[in-house]
Amino acid sequence: MNSIILKTASSYLLPLLLMFSVFILLRGHSLSGGGFVGGLVASIAFVLHAFAHGFDKARAIFRTNPGFLIPVGLFLCFIMGAVPTFFGAPFMKGLWLEKSIPGIGHIGTALFFDIGVFIVVIGVTLTILFTISESDMEQEEV
Amino acid sequence: MELLLVILIGVLYAAGIYLMFRRSMVRLLLGLILLGNGANLLIFLMGDIAKGKPPIIKAGASVFTDVYADPVPQSLILTAIVISFGLQSFAIILLKRIYLLTGSDDLDTLNTHDKDI
Amino acid sequence: MLIAVLSGFLLALLLFFFGKYLKSRHFSLIGFLPLGIFIYLLSFLPLINSGQSAMFHYSWVPSMGINLDFRLDGLALLFGCMITGIGSLVFFYAAAYMKHHPFIDRFFVFLSVFMASMLGLVLADNVLLLFVFWELTSISSFFLIGFNNEEEGSRKSAIMSLSVTGGGGFFLLAGFILLGNLSGSYSIREMIFSSEVLKDSSLYGLLLVFLFLGAFTKSAQFPFHFWLPNAMKAPTPVSAYLHSATMVKAGIYLLARFTPVLGTHSYWNNSLMITGAFTMLYAAIHALFRKDLKAILAYSTIASLGMMVFLLGIGSEKALLAVSVFILVHALYKAGLFLTAGVIDYKTGTRDLHKLSGLRKVMKPVAIGGLLAALSSAGMPLTFGFIGKDLIYEATLGAPGNLAWILTGIAFVSNVCLLIAGLMVGIKPFFGALPQKFSRVKKVSGFLWMPGIILGVSAIIFGVFPMFLDRNLITAVAQSINGTVIDISLKLWHGFSLVILLSILTLSVGFIFYFLRKGKPFNQEKLAGFESVSPEYLTELIISKTDKFAFRYTRLLHNGYLRYYLITIIVFLIGLVGYRLFTEVPLSVNYAQLSETRFYEVVFFIIIVSAILITVFTSSRLTAIAGMGIIGYCMCLIFVFYGAPDLAMTQFTIDTLTVVLFVLVLFRLPQFKKYVNLKVQFRDGLIALSFGAIISIIALQAFNEPADKVVSHFYGDNAYVLAKGRNVVNVILVDFRGFDTMVEIIVLSIAALGVYSLLKLKVKAPEKE
Repeated sequence: MNSIILKTASSYLLPLLLMFSVFILLRGHSLSGGGFVGGLVASIAFVLHAFAHGFDKARAIFRTNPGFLIPVGLFLCFIMGAVPTFFGAPFMKGLWLEKSIPGIGHIGTALFFDIGVFIVVIGVTLTILFTISESDMEQEEV
Repeated sequence: MELLLVILIGVLYAAGIYLMFRRSMVRLLLGLILLGNGANLLIFLMGDIAKGKPPIIKAGASVFTDVYADPVPQSLILTAIVISFGLQSFAIILLKRIYLLTGSDDLDTLNTHDKDI
Repeated sequence: MLIAVLSGFLLALLLFFFGKYLKSRHFSLIGFLPLGIFIYLLSFLPLINSGQSAMFHYSWVPSMGINLDFRLDGLALLFGCMITGIGSLVFFYAAAYMKHHPFIDRFFVFLSVFMASMLGLVLADNVLLLFVFWELTSISSFFLIGFNNEEEGSRKSAIMSLSVTGGGGFFLLAGFILLGNLSGSYSIREMIFSSEVLKDSSLYGLLLVFLFLGAFTKSAQFPFHFWLPNAMKAPTPVSAYLHSATMVKAGIYLLARFTPVLGTHSYWNNSLMITGAFTMLYAAIHALFRKDLKAILAYSTIASLGMMVFLLGIGSEKALLAVSVFILVHALYKAGLFLTAGVIDYKTGTRDLHKLSGLRKVMKPVAIGGLLAALSSAGMPLTFGFIGKDLIYEATLGAPGNLAWILTGIAFVSNVCLLIAGLMVGIKPFFGALPQKFSRVKKVSGFLWMPGIILGVSAIIFGVFPMFLDRNLITAVAQSINGTVIDISLKLWHGFSLVILLSILTLSVGFIFYFLRKGKPFNQEKLAGFESVSPEYLTELIISKTDKFAFRYTRLLHNGYLRYYLITIIVFLIGLVGYRLFTEVPLSVNYAQLSETRFYEVVFFIIIVSAILITVFTSSRLTAIAGMGIIGYCMCLIFVFYGAPDLAMTQFTIDTLTVVLFVLVLFRLPQFKKYVNLKVQFRDGLIALSFGAIISIIALQAFNEPADKVVSHFYGDNAYVLAKGRNVVNVILVDFRGFDTMVEIIVLSIAALGVYSLLKLKVKAPEKE
């Protein structure tokens, strides 16, 4: 796909969409949205970029292997599940700070858990897509 | 409207099953996806459905004041959608690998008849 | 006591891991374990003598009433001593016998497991615990019988014995559970108190059938006897141990153990008596038609087991006493004979009775052991066998009326045959002229002949001084079988009576017969005519037919075509669900609950249905994918209509990604091929449509009876109160059911890993066949 418009637009769309995905993630607890959708939107941002500029460019932006995100996210989720046990509460009990922070809302373990989900979803989706595109390129070379 | 959706579920199931009976692996996969959609819709309809009443508590209130759509099937389906993405991507890749190895997407070419069971 | 039982398992575990580092001559040390347990058990003798029993309680699964309850009474002590006493002899013997076997460590692993489970079996007070050990003996004996697993015959025998005893075990479990339910306790000791309840129960007959199936398969009673002669494929120490003293006696043990609980009922007595008598006659006569030493012993063992069942069936005090003695008598001489046969086989390489003679010249100690065992088996005066035989005749003569004569006659014929069989194994190979080829047989090691001598000598000692046993052990054994005390002392000489006359008659007829035949067995071919009705043949016929049936059945259903599996499943579902739906459920539509249909909804419906039709019928791959995308977006719209914004967003993004994935992967693949003809398409379409219709009807009916919404309302009411979130769906995902979500993302990660490894895996050049 060699559309100038798409290329130009996607350069701006990538940061915009990423910001949007974080927005969706954070509003998830009180309005529709959440980690799953947020993560998927972020992945789509990269897919869009990849369509405009090629998958190798999209990978380059990402810098690291997206597979790296999977254990990070899983670990974050697990920690958030485990944190309440330090306070004598059962595993996975939601704990919240007393005051809410303007712009973000309540801060609690559930929020970070959602962020973990967000990270895992991005990692999974991009790992799948990048691996496929990579193997396609290898085949073309062959 | 619900009547239409009920018919739609039937159509989705029928189409999914029909595609799964085909020999082509791609069609099998498409059938699986349609079947999944049908199942999601079925679960969705089994909850308390309410037009335009999302299960989101209004700002300022702490409990629901109005009727609201059933949140449980929704979260079930959300999970199902995401999981089925994992399943589909794995199946697609599997299909690709098989195609690379056998040069065909015909399920019957995968048959190995081991005569001496 | 727990340690005593478990030590065998521990030893097996150790041997399993470290056995290969042991030198083969060190294996004889293992024999000290059963010896130690033997001595430990003997230390309970004084307690048992005083008429008491020792209980050992260890909790295991108290909630299900299963505890590690061990109880040591007379019967358990007798069996325990046989298992460990003869066990230690067999262990020593086996260490020498298997010296050059490459898998000797494995052999001892199985043997130790077997010994430990056998010990557990006789000590267990809880029937479920007993069952566990019962099955363990079946399994370990499976490995022992099939120890030479490179021989087909060996494998076949092992499978046969496992399927017969395992099948019996299945019934035994049913019997035990029934027993537990009827009596309200799984403890054998407590069951005795509900003996009357059990006997009056209408299920008593069934209970007996289950128990008998278990006991008869294990103890090789007709018609389940055939596995035992086949099991002679096992190494001889195994035969000596399993098939003389222990495993086959487990069935006898079971019957004896349950005699005070279920015995003295006409069902019990008659069925045991008839089965026992028939088995005894059948096997005793068969024994004379065999020329293989071990085959003769196998049949004479079956006959002896039949004798025990028979005596248990008579059920009088004298009969029970006779059983108590005969169990020990038989164990002593039969193990001795087996060990003798083993040495002969080991040294000469043959077990053919026609070829063996004169071996006393090259293996004197073995000959002495064999002679002693054969004499005890014959029931010569001054041997323990003599006392056993006396008691048997006393028991049969004690039966009421004319029955006494019938029973005595049966016992007489069997005893004569057993006597001849014993002589054939214990004496025939050692007398006569020594063939040239056996003259170079090397000296027999002490470990091989010593156990036989020890067994033979103890048979003589008990025979001359029966008072060593009667007060000490046998009274207690008879008491645990009978339930109450039997006060009879064993005597060498009962005075001149009918019993003595019968004993002498048995001896003389047997010896005359033996010498007339010069110890030669009858020709087995004379029995060939009965082959086609023998239980073994019939069983194998059933097995092979079942095999064939299974093969055809599998061919039919497991044909390798995915779509036929699916069609089978779906058609079955349609039939099953459809039947219930149309016969049981009143079909109706509740219009009041449905919202009215708007125009845009109809348009939307038409769009999605056409997209489905396109996806199904297009021949272009890309069109199909596009159709699928449209279906996904339409689903998304439905979610928007019905107040599920989260679902709509997720569906939208996932659908986009799926389409991208499909396009990335599939656009290289070829067009759909036309594989099928119209007829097949029509058939599939019909099935699919009826399935769809059924699902629709189910969905419609489900509207009429809305489900309970307690859970939904709990989440709705508490989302903000407990979890400070307004979006209930998200709160459920990350808070209420956070654990599920966590598992879900793990599944996703695994899918990603799968994709990654599947693609990174280097494919070799396509292997075209």
